Amino acid sequence: MNIKDLQLKSIEYRKTILEIIYNSGAGHTAGSLSCIDILNVLYNNILDINPSNFNSIDRNHYIQSKGHSVEALYAVLCDKGFFTRKELNTLNNFNSHFIGHPTRKIQGIEHNTGALGHGLSVAVGMAIGLKLDKKPYKIFTLLGDGELSEGSIWEGLMSASKYKLDNLIIIIDRNRLQITGKTEDVNPLEPLREKFLSFGHAVHEVNGNSIKDLQSIFKKIPFEDQKTNIIIANTIKGNGISFIENKVIWHHKVPTKSEFQDALKELDKQTLSLKND
Amino acid sequence: MIEKANLEIFAETLLSLAKKDKDIIVVTSDSRGSGKLTNFGKELPDQIIEVGIAEQNLVGICAGLSAVGKKVFGVSPSSFLTARALEQIKNDIAYSNHPVTLVGISSGVSYGQLGSTHHSIHDIAVLRAINNLNIVIPCDNFETQKVIQSAVNYSKPLFIRFGKKPMLKIHSDNKSFKIGKGIRVKEGKDLVFIATGETVQRAYQAIEILEKDNFKCTLISMHTIKPFDEYLFLQSIKNTRGIITLEEHSESGGLGEKCASILVQKKITTNFKIIGFPDEYMVNGSQSDVLDHYDMSPKRLVEIAKELIS
Repeated sequence: MNIKDLQLKSIEYRKTILEIIYNSGAGHTAGSLSCIDILNVLYNNILDINPSNFNSIDRNHYIQSKGHSVEALYAVLCDKGFFTRKELNTLNNFNSHFIGHPTRKIQGIEHNTGALGHGLSVAVGMAIGLKLDKKPYKIFTLLGDGELSEGSIWEGLMSASKYKLDNLIIIIDRNRLQITGKTEDVNPLEPLREKFLSFGHAVHEVNGNSIKDLQSIFKKIPFEDQKTNIIIANTIKGNGISFIENKVIWHHKVPTKSEFQDALKELDKQTLSLKND
Repeated sequence: MIEKANLEIFAETLLSLAKKDKDIIVVTSDSRGSGKLTNFGKELPDQIIEVGIAEQNLVGICAGLSAVGKKVFGVSPSSFLTARALEQIKNDIAYSNHPVTLVGISSGVSYGQLGSTHHSIHDIAVLRAINNLNIVIPCDNFETQKVIQSAVNYSKPLFIRFGKKPMLKIHSDNKSFKIGKGIRVKEGKDLVFIATGETVQRAYQAIEILEKDNFKCTLISMHTIKPFDEYLFLQSIKNTRGIITLEEHSESGGLGEKCASILVQKKITTNFKIIGFPDEYMVNGSQSDVLDHYDMSPKRLVEIAKELIS
């Protein structure tokens, strides 16, 4: 898929995210908007995961450790045909499988996440397992930057280094905000790149809201022989909607009717300008 | 007859199974020595993953290995495995439904004088409250071997715990063993002992004394705590004069309280005594001394039994 088509998809995904959050009355708005471009490129360009191969182990795998941004994942999986939009519209309804965090009850989701700091160790286990069987597939995992405060992340990073997991790709959604405020105020992470390097990993930074940059960085995998690939994806929390961007309050704020309409207008404008480009 | 420690049987059984099945993977947290898995590591180095002292990571990695088709045994001291990594057990194994077997070694007060940091007298209680996780506590070498064999292809998340001291032979080798089905060791109508794990042998020794005094006793090895064998429990207590439950665990949330909840809900009124560890700053000592102190010496059990039905 070319860059423009993917950019258009990102806009559609952003609309889906806002619609399902607005209609269901709950969701993690800004974090889903920050990572949606990453999921877009992964699912449409890189992963080759689809409803027909999902039940096989012999494929690439994706674990979303920052489970609260499940609306982004729902938007992409719905587009890939794992479930219908009608099913997705049951989000947060009584007894719906579509809840506020990923669960394996939804076709297309590999692991139940939500409590933070869990996804990496699971991804490490999968990557070790595939290596033991000499399978060529890769494990991708998306971590939030806030969850990097969890000690279990650093346990997982040590094992990834020990087992030379070059089949593991860790993407950090580095939007620099968490529920309380700036990550650097809550619990400073920097110098983050140096931390990862000191653990023995190969690290690249990228604009995580640029389809073009994301495409080119994923093509460089494996970054280095026998090293785990880490992508620090610098993103804007709430990316794509001017009044949501970089506002702490939007971590899990649900748009009002007028905010929702304004957001859709912004997205429509973006579509129009892209199409006229 | 005194046999080996259940720990040794676990390690021997797992090694022999793993030699025939390369998908069996053991994950340890600097615990291969404590888990008697040093030989396993030497003989099958490609089937053991070592994460260092990092129980949370251990459980997560177990889930991941299982997700790509491995038959996984996560082995770590029960105290650390079930407290430090409880959230990983809950979310990554049970909730995500990966059929990993978690093995809590040196459980209960096996670590004796090392003290409360190393004791796991909470594990049954906390894990009972986690959905989609079954719990087995083998009492002797036979049950240990059988549960490890059963665990390899078991379809659900499983937690197994045992200690490290040589055990009495309780069962003959031709008994049938099934996860979820307790085993009747002795049958008698005066008293029923419901015990689990290593406390079965203490009940067994107490019953041998009681029998000399003409008391007829039933002994159930309730090796599976979850799913609980309610049928066997209810069958075995029919017309008895008293029930004693034993566990190397806190009195809170364990085997005894499980039995109590069934009795109350079935409106069964009988003499009933839960023996476990009380809610107090516990005494220090060897496993045997601590069990003795908390009423689990055969002599003390006999006294309690006689009092209960007097």
